[in-house]
Amino acid sequence: MATTETDVSVTALGDLLQRVEALEAEQKKQIKKKNKLTIIAWGGNLDQIWPTTILATTAAASGMEASVFFTFWGLFAIVKPDVRITGNNWMQKMMSVMNPGSAQKAKLSRYHFAGAGPAMFKKLADEHQVAKPDELIVLASDLGVRLIPCQMTMDLLGLKADDLIDGLEEPIGAATAIAEMRDAAVSLFI
Amino acid sequence: MDVITHTVDAKGQSCPGPLVALARALKEAEPGALFELLATDPGSKSDVPSWADLSGNELLEAETLADGSFRYVIRKVA
Repeated sequence: MATTETDVSVTALGDLLQRVEALEAEQKKQIKKKNKLTIIAWGGNLDQIWPTTILATTAAASGMEASVFFTFWGLFAIVKPDVRITGNNWMQKMMSVMNPGSAQKAKLSRYHFAGAGPAMFKKLADEHQVAKPDELIVLASDLGVRLIPCQMTMDLLGLKADDLIDGLEEPIGAATAIAEMRDAAVSLFI
Repeated sequence: MDVITHTVDAKGQSCPGPLVALARALKEAEPGALFELLATDPGSKSDVPSWADLSGNELLEAETLADGSFRYVIRKVA
């Protein structure tokens, strides 16, 4: 009688161990989210780069980790303001003429009116003491926001590390960008 | 003794000015330090409690002053 009871408990224990192992394996596959905000800054318009920089600085000021991945038109927002024409061939150069570098030259997606729209926006921002995107990018960097350019778009547009503002991280690719988003509790595409 | 040792005057500043100013001032201080934040941004009424929740700092007081501006008392925790 006693032997049978031991057999049963050994079987039960083995079963339990197996289930624990299966659960542990399952848990390893789960994604652990960090208290972190990641923004894919795709748009270079003033009305995109502005909320991007406001959200990133606010997250950092709230103790969250924050990173911004600049790709496509977003990259032009982190070109140095004194860099005029970038690129190696006429196509890339034309692209840079159509997208003047730096956040302070960003256009509005609507009501641009040949620059009158952004000028009005910035006047209102001054009156309301709202920091402008170029100031917010510097502030973000100060607060520890990681600013990361996209290597592929840099190559495509012929942008060199020297063309971009200081304080950026090494350029990364799509897989690293996805890894950034994967563990961020909040990730946005702006 | 709970004495407010730091005052952050962010009057006139809009989002995210007051929070960034507060966060920067907090960075330098010891845990437990008491801060007073002065603001005129109506958005701060919801933003300061949200910020406290996110950052893990303690919001002790939130009041609207006679002149319509806002005053917050925050204890640095994190």
